[in-house]
Amino acid sequence: MRAKDLLGRNGEALAADFLENQGMRIVDRNWRCPDGEIDIVAIEGDILVVAEVKTRKSLDYGHPFEAVGAAKLARLHRLSLSWCREHDLAALRTRIDVVSVIDSGVGEPQLEHLRGVG
Amino acid sequence: MGVGRSYCVALVGLNGYIVEVEADIGQTLPNFVILGLPDAALNEAKERIRSAAQNSGIPLSRRKITANLIPASLPKRGSGFDLAITMAVLRAADDIREIGGTVFIAELGLDGRLRPVRGILPAVMAAVQAGYPDVVVADANAKEASLVPGAKVRGYKTLARLAYDFGADPKDLALDYSPVDADVPADDAGHVPLMPDLCDVSGQGEARRALEVAAAGGHHMLLTGPPGAGKTMLAERLPGLLPDLADTAAMEVTAIHSLAAVQSAAVRLIRRPPFESPHHSATAAAIIGGGSGLPRPGAASRAHRGVLFLDEAPEYERRVLDALRQPLESGELVIHRSAGTAAYPARFQLVLAANPCPCGKASGKGMDCTCTAMMRRRYFGRISGPLLDRVDIQLQVERVSLADFGHAGQEEDTGTVAARVLAARERQLERLMEMGLETNSQVPGRTLRGELRLAPGTTRILDTALERGTLTARGYDRVLRLAWTLADLGHRDAPDIDHIGQALGLRQAATAT
Repeated sequence: MRAKDLLGRNGEALAADFLENQGMRIVDRNWRCPDGEIDIVAIEGDILVVAEVKTRKSLDYGHPFEAVGAAKLARLHRLSLSWCREHDLAALRTRIDVVSVIDSGVGEPQLEHLRGVG
Repeated sequence: MGVGRSYCVALVGLNGYIVEVEADIGQTLPNFVILGLPDAALNEAKERIRSAAQNSGIPLSRRKITANLIPASLPKRGSGFDLAITMAVLRAADDIREIGGTVFIAELGLDGRLRPVRGILPAVMAAVQAGYPDVVVADANAKEASLVPGAKVRGYKTLARLAYDFGADPKDLALDYSPVDADVPADDAGHVPLMPDLCDVSGQGEARRALEVAAAGGHHMLLTGPPGAGKTMLAERLPGLLPDLADTAAMEVTAIHSLAAVQSAAVRLIRRPPFESPHHSATAAAIIGGGSGLPRPGAASRAHRGVLFLDEAPEYERRVLDALRQPLESGELVIHRSAGTAAYPARFQLVLAANPCPCGKASGKGMDCTCTAMMRRRYFGRISGPLLDRVDIQLQVERVSLADFGHAGQEEDTGTVAARVLAARERQLERLMEMGLETNSQVPGRTLRGELRLAPGTTRILDTALERGTLTARGYDRVLRLAWTLADLGHRDAPDIDHIGQALGLRQAATAT
């Protein structure tokens, strides 16, 4: 496994723990379909949360949040519908969250969480 | 975190309006939005501000930044808002302390330096008038901004320095960075621009006299004559004869030039009357002002309180010349464009120069002239009657004779004549001040024939001319105005028969042919 993939995998695991600590129930990880991949699917109350995790070693190439653009958001919306269709959960309200992980390899990784980004 | 607030100035023409900048940082994906009718240059501020803040050591928040410029309905243009937006955003992120009523006017470089902007003088004037005397500008603009009475101006070179003075954490700031501006000219305090001197003109006694009268009374002037007679030379020497500008006038002129300048910032008030000499291919927009969006001042406004010289006047488009009638009447130009209406002052002294005919040889006996009578008439017909009506002095300039040409160096110089002009101006001001006027050229006909009425014996030649129909009623008034100026130049309290006669000579219709 290449270093960047390993970093991403670690970040997603950290993010999942983080979201669980926030009181969410993780129901799916790395769900794939022909249109793309959802990093984390979770339930918070009666809302389905589709979370995108972005992991970086440093801020040299910009903040992880800056890598989530309009196209990415649109795809996450499409993917959330696909996921609901496949699991027959069409009536559920959905929300898109983004979690950033900055893991420089020294000290504790820093996590930031944005809810309902649109 | 919360809402940050700072102030800036939006210029519409020469009028400035205080703009309040609000910045809010929202908890969502990174974005930067500027609200409140920004133009393209102002929208690019986002990228400049992000880079400048990053390179100054105080990176902007990685969240959604919304900057709102109030009032939202006022169109805002240009890069002068960069600094005010940055400060509001930094305040919203709690990176700096409360800003208070300070006004920020500067553009940001990507490296975090503060760059000068156009129109700083009128902007600071507006800020002071609106009750915001504390102004922060780019170092290169500080001198110009300080010209405004009552302004407390602070000039900064870099954003880092400014942020430090507003309480930013010095730990990360790039305080050592001191950019060197390549093209900022050294302070040219001792530098006096080279003015052409009247002693360069050989002979032309009549024309020199006419120029002196024009300068003394502020009269508009038309010079006709063959090529090489020295029309342009004479016109260029008119501004040198005019007295220095008083405080308010100097402020107006500097403000216009501050707005019209492309790059250089003013370091002191413009005290000498400006001279504008546009080419005859100029469009109406170039002369009276224009451009896309909000109009910028044209040659007529840049000549405010100075001289607008139109060489080869019949070669101008007729509508360009006629566009000058409004400012000649009101001293102001109001220009409408899509983004709004701008009013610029344009109280200039008009000097027109023209050849006597298209081939230029129809002077003196006109033996070599190849133009038909029709061609000649049509040539002058391009300067419309209503425009010529406002020109007090209409003079024929002949080629200089060999006898005069030999006597170079014996002519009066600009300084001598300017002293007489100044004395005449003072006499006029004494007489006209209570009517709210400054020069004889501004006196309305009603006053000339009312309060300033001359003895019937003095105006007899004029009355006869009027009766015989060789002089129009408007022409009558113009002769009287010139006569008053001649009397002022001669230290007399009122014009006598001689002055009337000379005045008639100065407006011998150059367009008789």
